[in-house]
Amino acid sequence: MYQAKRRTGLVFFPAFDWAINPTHPEREERLLYTQDQVFEEGIFDIEGIEEFKPDLVTVKDVQRVHFCVPDVWGVTTESHFISAGGAKTIGMAVMDKRVERGFALVRPPGHHAMRVVHGARGFCNINIEAIMIEYLRKAYGIRKVAIVDTDCHHGDGTQDIYWHDPDTLFISLHQDGRTLYPGSGFTNEIGGPTASGYTLNYPLPPNTSDEGFLYAIEQVVLPVLKEFEPELIVNSAGQDNHFSDPITNMNFTAQGYARLTELLQADIAVLEGGYSIEGALPYLNVGIILAMAGLDYSKVTEPNYNPMALRQKPEIMTWIQRIGDQVLTNWKNRNQLSEMARGDKRFEERSRTLFYDTDSLVEDQKETLRICPDCPGAWKIETECQKTQRALAIHVPVHACSDCRNLAMDWFEQGARQDFDAVFLQDRPQDRFVVKRRGAA
Amino acid sequence: MIIGLDVGGTHTDVVLLAKDGIRKAVKVPTNSADLFHTVLTGITAVTAGIDPASLRRIVLSTTLATNAIAQGCIPNVGMIVSSGPGIDPEYFRTHRNYTAVRGCIDHRGREIEPIDPEQVRQAAQCFLEQGITHLGIVGKFSVRNPAHEIAIQKALPPGFERIFLGHRVSGSLNFPRRIATTYLNAAVFPIHYAFFNAVRQSLAERGICVPIHIMKPDGGTMLLDASVDQPAQTILSGPAASVMGSLAFAFDEEDAIILDIGGTTTDIAVLVNLAPILNPSGITVGSYKTLIRSMESHSLALGGDSAISIAQGRLQIGPERKGFALAFGGPYPTPTDALCILGKIKTGNTDRAVEGFQPIAKALGCGIEDAAKQVLDTLCRTVVQEANELLRRINEKPVYTIHEILEGYRVHPKKILLLGGPAPYLASRIERFSEGMQVGVVPRWDVANAIGAALARTTTEVVLFADTQQGIAMAPEESWQEKVDRQFDKDKAIEHATALLRQKAVRLGAVPEDLETEVIEEYQFNMVRGFYTTGRNIRVRVQIKPGLIAASDAIVGMLSQE
Ligand SMILES: [Zn+2]
Ligand SMILES: [Zn+2]
Repeated sequence: MYQAKRRTGLVFFPAFDWAINPTHPEREERLLYTQDQVFEEGIFDIEGIEEFKPDLVTVKDVQRVHFCVPDVWGVTTESHFISAGGAKTIGMAVMDKRVERGFALVRPPGHHAMRVVHGARGFCNINIEAIMIEYLRKAYGIRKVAIVDTDCHHGDGTQDIYWHDPDTLFISLHQDGRTLYPGSGFTNEIGGPTASGYTLNYPLPPNTSDEGFLYAIEQVVLPVLKEFEPELIVNSAGQDNHFSDPITNMNFTAQGYARLTELLQADIAVLEGGYSIEGALPYLNVGIILAMAGLDYSKVTEPNYNPMALRQKPEIMTWIQRIGDQVLTNWKNRNQLSEMARGDKRFEERSRTLFYDTDSLVEDQKETLRICPDCPGAWKIETECQKTQRALAIHVPVHACSDCRNLAMDWFEQGARQDFDAVFLQDRPQDRFVVKRRGAA
Repeated sequence: MIIGLDVGGTHTDVVLLAKDGIRKAVKVPTNSADLFHTVLTGITAVTAGIDPASLRRIVLSTTLATNAIAQGCIPNVGMIVSSGPGIDPEYFRTHRNYTAVRGCIDHRGREIEPIDPEQVRQAAQCFLEQGITHLGIVGKFSVRNPAHEIAIQKALPPGFERIFLGHRVSGSLNFPRRIATTYLNAAVFPIHYAFFNAVRQSLAERGICVPIHIMKPDGGTMLLDASVDQPAQTILSGPAASVMGSLAFAFDEEDAIILDIGGTTTDIAVLVNLAPILNPSGITVGSYKTLIRSMESHSLALGGDSAISIAQGRLQIGPERKGFALAFGGPYPTPTDALCILGKIKTGNTDRAVEGFQPIAKALGCGIEDAAKQVLDTLCRTVVQEANELLRRINEKPVYTIHEILEGYRVHPKKILLLGGPAPYLASRIERFSEGMQVGVVPRWDVANAIGAALARTTTEVVLFADTQQGIAMAPEESWQEKVDRQFDKDKAIEHATALLRQKAVRLGAVPEDLETEVIEEYQFNMVRGFYTTGRNIRVRVQIKPGLIAASDAIVGMLSQE
């Protein structure tokens, strides 16, 4: 009997009855052929591979991460609750040691969803990895988590959520933002002043092949992970770096993804993008599952696989090495970078405009962070979106000091008297989410 | 009249059913080394003095194929598989004579790499040199396009007697299971063929020329003649027979747990809406996971004849059966002895049972009667725990649509139906451990399995797959394929599949009044390429719902009044 070397859990939720719209890349058909391949390969019959039925996340699970405007139900559908629930189910199976590793093959994806949510960005409404991670932090008391985002698009939502959190190392590898949505993720984006260096971006040039990817993993990502010593490694396992993906320009293969999985040894992988639904996804997913389970994946190749045609040009490798050096430098210098960013400021403010491409909304944000010597600092965001309401979002970090917590409570009291439609308090130490709405008693 | 025969581990039960109920019921000892003789003895006993012309049908439930596999009596067969990319087919090797050849079909049935006939010829030649004349041929995704399996068959040199093709065993996806199932068909074919020819011939000699059906593990039957093409379909039909037997007495549509407590094993199954829940993938036989449709059941190595021992001061029942109970001349104490001690069974030698229980009572530090009660409690508690575990597994089965998650039906039985030898003596104990569930004993608990075999209807399923972009619809199990146009949709697919299903069911032995068809899977996906819908991908699965033959109503009515 074929037996996995590592007990591996899978949640497979293809959401066969949900789509953004009928012809959208994120539609009912997306995981259909993956399911065919996974079923035909008999993956769920392999001894040591267990399939779990996803639970739904709760509104509270979502509110631990997001400020949804006007409320959670206003920006989500059932499918989002199940998709995030699938990630949570796998996370729990790993933490409960029912399996050693797990992979949530779910849709819709989540890594473009930021802290504040007015609608959908890059096919994402809520951040399924972050919801899982914050649930696991709460339920199992884990602290240090590393997220390695290998989706072809910059994981800007996850970056935003953990921008001020030094307990979460976020590393995103993606096609260079000058050539692809969402246009961010450059090496100088390293996290806020209280968490500098804990966000690392590794933009890769178009046409990067297995060779370049695996270089980045082996030479940069693995050494950083080793030094960070996370309690949990999560892989945002987007599959749109594939050479046949219709919306990106990279040359990664099924063998490459499987090797990456083997090297990374993530505890949990969560499916993100990947839109080559016939030529790539069935093979990539089988390869990744086998690699996670410690099984032989050497015969998993896509039908039109031709390694010679995908050979990487030497100048691309030079570029990747140069960027890798910058990433490592950011990591090594994170303490100095943080000091420089803090300076002697007590608060830092930033204003920005965010675009929700999927829902065509524009949001204006003004963020204020308390630069605290004792904790990652409380912060608040004033947010306004053309179609929806004006809101104030206040966050108290899990390990906040009492000064920061008191300040956040003051902000909340003042906010209630100001001109906001809603004031939200995400009080992580108390694990509660409080809302005051205009006109409500 | 109908004969139902169920070969059990210890006894073979045979019933003769007439419109007014059970005309005759006999038990003959099972000789597992000579099942043919056992079956014949049973039929002879039950038909003594009966006019053969009054018989309508005979249904046999036998462990023949299972025994052959368990005893490793498998003739030397060959397997040729072609996989294409994915898991190395070496990991699915069934036995020594197994060869992987080139060729690849993808998930939509498109050829990616052709078969190499020369390579096939060489492999086949090698088998023939070893005297192998039975062959299985399986391709990955052959249920989406069987062309490669057929091409391999065509490339074979002459000399093979019987060839089994993977796409004919099931329409479900699962390459490793298709390999195992095809292999088992090829492997059990000779023994199956010889056995049933002998049965048919012997019955003919006695003037009995009626349709002979065989019970399948999904609770249905198929004609003996049809079973020759898929002999593995008759594997492990015992639990199915007993569930169908209890179904005869499960009048309302409430969910129910069925517990068949036998001598060696206890089989657990679940009824929903008057039909057994089926296993979504297929039955596991020994180390082989197959695509053979079966009820979702759990067989526990625990029964009335399980040997009792004390391990580290704790009571242990089973898993082995070392013979009959002490009270019936066996070597070790068993739960049946406990029933004798407590006066529930009065036919055995109680003194032997008491004597055998002395060391157990001593180790447990209690009296003989208490020890007997503890044994029965342990048995009943374990059985109920395992039943709950089966329910949990059924309810946690993954689903793949939002609708199924949100509206998901949870099986929540409020009653347990008991059958099997010790059933009436254990009912109150089972009830004590089963938290609010009502426990009932099936009226003819002692021969309910044979009644189940007699009354089960013919079941089968058809999977139909259509791809309007490629302009094709097919049901590979039925060797059915048709060109379709852009207008072809799910409703038309269901229509075609149901028509095929009816034809197939009749061919397998169903009579028109038993063709209760239902759709168990229906998916239709728009295939979008470059923002335009290029076609529809449709998957439909229809089945004859497992249940009892229409003619059973009168019989069951009479049985319940007895
Ligand atoms: Zn992406
Ligand atoms: Zn602080």
